[in-house]
Amino acid sequence: MSEPVIQTRIWQEEAEPDNPFAARAAFCRGYDVYGELLGQIRWVEMLALLFRDEALTKAEADLLEALAVALANPGPRDPAVHAAMCGGVGGSTSAASLIAALAVGAGQYGGGREVFLVMQAWEACGTNLDAWRQWLTAPTTDEVSIWPAPQHKPGFDPHGASTATPVKQALACFVSLNSSARLVWLEQHRAEMEEICGLPLALSFVAAAALADLGFSAEQGEMLHLLLRLPGAAAHALEQRQLGHKKFPFFAIELQHDNAREQA
Amino acid sequence: MKPLTLLEHVGCLKTQMGACFVGSRAVFRGHDLHAELKDMEWVELFVFGITGRRFSAAQLRMMQALWTYTSYPDARIWNNRVAALAGTARSTGNLGIAAALAISEATIYGRGIDIRAIEFFIRAKKQVEDGGNLTEIVASELKQKRSIAGYGRPIAAADERIKPIMALARSLGLADGDYVRLAFSIEEILSAGRWRQSMNCGGLAAALAADFGLSPQEYYLFSFPAFLAGMPPCYIEAQQKEEGSLFPLTCAHIRYEGVAKRRWKTAED
Repeated sequence: MSEPVIQTRIWQEEAEPDNPFAARAAFCRGYDVYGELLGQIRWVEMLALLFRDEALTKAEADLLEALAVALANPGPRDPAVHAAMCGGVGGSTSAASLIAALAVGAGQYGGGREVFLVMQAWEACGTNLDAWRQWLTAPTTDEVSIWPAPQHKPGFDPHGASTATPVKQALACFVSLNSSARLVWLEQHRAEMEEICGLPLALSFVAAAALADLGFSAEQGEMLHLLLRLPGAAAHALEQRQLGHKKFPFFAIELQHDNAREQA
Repeated sequence: MKPLTLLEHVGCLKTQMGACFVGSRAVFRGHDLHAELKDMEWVELFVFGITGRRFSAAQLRMMQALWTYTSYPDARIWNNRVAALAGTARSTGNLGIAAALAISEATIYGRGIDIRAIEFFIRAKKQVEDGGNLTEIVASELKQKRSIAGYGRPIAAADERIKPIMALARSLGLADGDYVRLAFSIEEILSAGRWRQSMNCGGLAAALAADFGLSPQEYYLFSFPAFLAGMPPCYIEAQQKEEGSLFPLTCAHIRYEGVAKRRWKTAED
């Protein structure tokens, strides 16, 4: 068997002289984390540094921080936060509430997979409206995978009536902080894209544009979207734990297949 | 733009699947769970829940065996290792095992393979029935996807589960279904060609499931507990041993291959 080593470009550790299992110093992509970064680096700069060698510029850090704020809480109506509250209300473990938020928030309807698919589309279409037109009008693929068959164009709201105000506000704010290629292009062509698709843009499309402009791959963007939406899920789960299950909706049910009733 | 169809669904769940009438009865796909379905084995109820269909005793026996034969309490295996790490880190068994099951939905093994394998068998059988040549179908699939789910194995060439699964299938009269025969025909093509791949358990299990009439999605959901029985032992042993003592790594076990040490510069406008 080969020596059990973990190869990494991200992290390096030096052991304390008296204990090979205790790190005296830890380096993230060459920077001394506890000796130098701590107290100097912004949270979003550290977040980005974990995924890439180059530190963010000031404008990039401002954009990532604004994105983190925009994604921090999808609100209690969002299925992922709803799932976390189901954990809170029954007294499940904190981790279970976050796992629930991740599992539900991983999907193709407003979740991480949707961001992944839009980022793949950004890679393929760039800032070329004709390429987007083709992507928007192409039939959805019928390839079988663990993911359910897509039911709407990723990044658009299948239940939307018009572009939601926060989507427009987030896009405008991101462009003001960092006039990067995709975001600027999206602000200029949002209406045309929506016209071609027949649906209003969703926040996931704007998030995907920001993440792509920050240089993240589709896989990295999916991970960051999953991570950055957790704070709201955590807070709402704890709040419902405090409030208790009697104040949490249980909903009415209409059972459409019931032998007992059908035979009666 | 779109009409507000969501309004129709506010506040009420309309369902064919079932309901719990607390204090009186529970309905499962139309049937009273504690009366009509009370004698069902768990595996039978599970598959009934997924498909809404009933299966023969032989088929259910085979389905359960597929789970039994794929449950290895070896904490080195990636999904089991998650359950064991939860034990060594003194997390809960439920969290560790739930995460280990989630991890089992992988691309190179587990659920990702299962759904691809059964989908290919169903597609290939249809193509053969439509006059296609199986060798060409296999070659074309390999060209497009570079691998055929259910053949080859990430860490070993042979699969020790094939023999006992086929022995049981023969004893139950389930070894000669169209899909099982197709799966072995594909193996012949793959082992004779330059690919040198044999069928793995994922391939055979998917073929059996296809013979039982499961759709790709039904089979995918059915496979969920496939590795489950091997996980609790991994958690238990790790939890019984000294905390942190499972697969400890010293600082020297990190082989850093990144940028050399450097000084941080605060980003400016």
